[in-house]
Amino acid sequence: MDKTLKVQKIEEGTVIDHIEGGKAWEVIKLLGLDDYPATVTVLSRVNSKSKGKKDIIKIEGSELDKDDLDRVALVSPHASVNVIAGCGIKKKYNVEIPDSVKGILKCTNPNCVTHSEAVLGQFKVESKDPLRLRCIYCERAQNGLEFK
Amino acid sequence: MDFVSTREESKELIESVLADAAKYDSDKDFTKQATGKILGTLFFEPSTRTQFSFQCAMERLGGSVVGFSSIAGTSVKKGESLLDTVRMFGGYVDAIAMRHSLEGSSKLASEVSPVPIINAGDGSHDHPTQSLLDLYTIRKSLGDFNNLRIGICGDLRYGRTGRPLSIALSNWDVNITYISPPALSMDRGTVRYLKGKGMDVREVVKLDDAIEELDVLYMTRIQRERFPSEEDYKKYAGAYVVDGGLMDKANENMILMHPLPRIDEIRPEVDNDPRAKYFEQAKNGIPTRMAVIMKALFE
Repeated sequence: MDKTLKVQKIEEGTVIDHIEGGKAWEVIKLLGLDDYPATVTVLSRVNSKSKGKKDIIKIEGSELDKDDLDRVALVSPHASVNVIAGCGIKKKYNVEIPDSVKGILKCTNPNCVTHSEAVLGQFKVESKDPLRLRCIYCERAQNGLEFK
Repeated sequence: MDFVSTREESKELIESVLADAAKYDSDKDFTKQATGKILGTLFFEPSTRTQFSFQCAMERLGGSVVGFSSIAGTSVKKGESLLDTVRMFGGYVDAIAMRHSLEGSSKLASEVSPVPIINAGDGSHDHPTQSLLDLYTIRKSLGDFNNLRIGICGDLRYGRTGRPLSIALSNWDVNITYISPPALSMDRGTVRYLKGKGMDVREVVKLDDAIEELDVLYMTRIQRERFPSEEDYKKYAGAYVVDGGLMDKANENMILMHPLPRIDEIRPEVDNDPRAKYFEQAKNGIPTRMAVIMKALFE
């Protein structure tokens, strides 16, 4: 009996493809998929024609909203998204780093007012490659990414 | 209009403030233009020059001032948020000048305040009216900014004046020399920003290596309150001192500036040197802040 477990197609949901190799786990955490009640399939470090190694995440029964897509883009800017319906691709697009980021990152400056007041962190994207963000409040260039 | 960020000030706005400051400086008939207006001075951190010069500027304009100079005795002490305090004061006054230890506090306040916000210092981030009065002092003493060689010395990392002054100066073709110990050097993000705007930026450790070529030497205090321990503070305090001997090496037209208060970094023997401009610089805070208050109230 063949015991090989094949990765099955999903009927309805989303496939995030071309995630930078090894970054799928970070994306899972950022999208809250570790608590997701339906099936999530992760393929890590699979061969890619154009990118060497890539990760893939298949999410049964869910589409990504703008906030989710911004998170994916910040971690893996070359990722692509396939929206699946009836086992077929309904829509396909690449994620894109937005011009501004609101509500999903914390400022890396510990003396920034956003850590003390009830306000969402907001950042201007000054460069997409390499990624450079600046807090619109304290105006500090961000030293890495700290997700909320 | 708000004055919360030097980075967001256009060259045209800066020129307009400097021109207005010159008018207020020379012609006392410009007073009484803000009669009936009230400026709120919300100083969550103590200040001498900034708070009192805002107060004097508003009174010279014919307006009045209410506010506090520390959080003792205010609702902030009871736990009221910054934003609630600003919203509340915004219902009482026509403009707010605010100092706070947290960086970005003025920008955030401007998002909820019903009246204009003037940033009077937010942590180590910015101090826009100080930069404007510094520019006014340079303009008054040396004229055109272009081609000036400006040295900024001392605590460039924790100080709140060197960074915004540099950013304001990046609107002109000036050369900046930063003079500091490596541990207190200007942050890389600011240096990159200035170079990106085409500015010539040099960094040295010894004041002696720069003094002879400067048109402006801007000294800053090593700030005790910015250090985690007295030991750390003592390590750097006194590292840079301007005395008669150093001034002998300086250009005869160089001007010596300091945002004050000074501790040991400028010896009293230098005070009578005609190149010492720091007390005049402090005085220039009045016409400059008059210009800023008027723009905040009416533009």
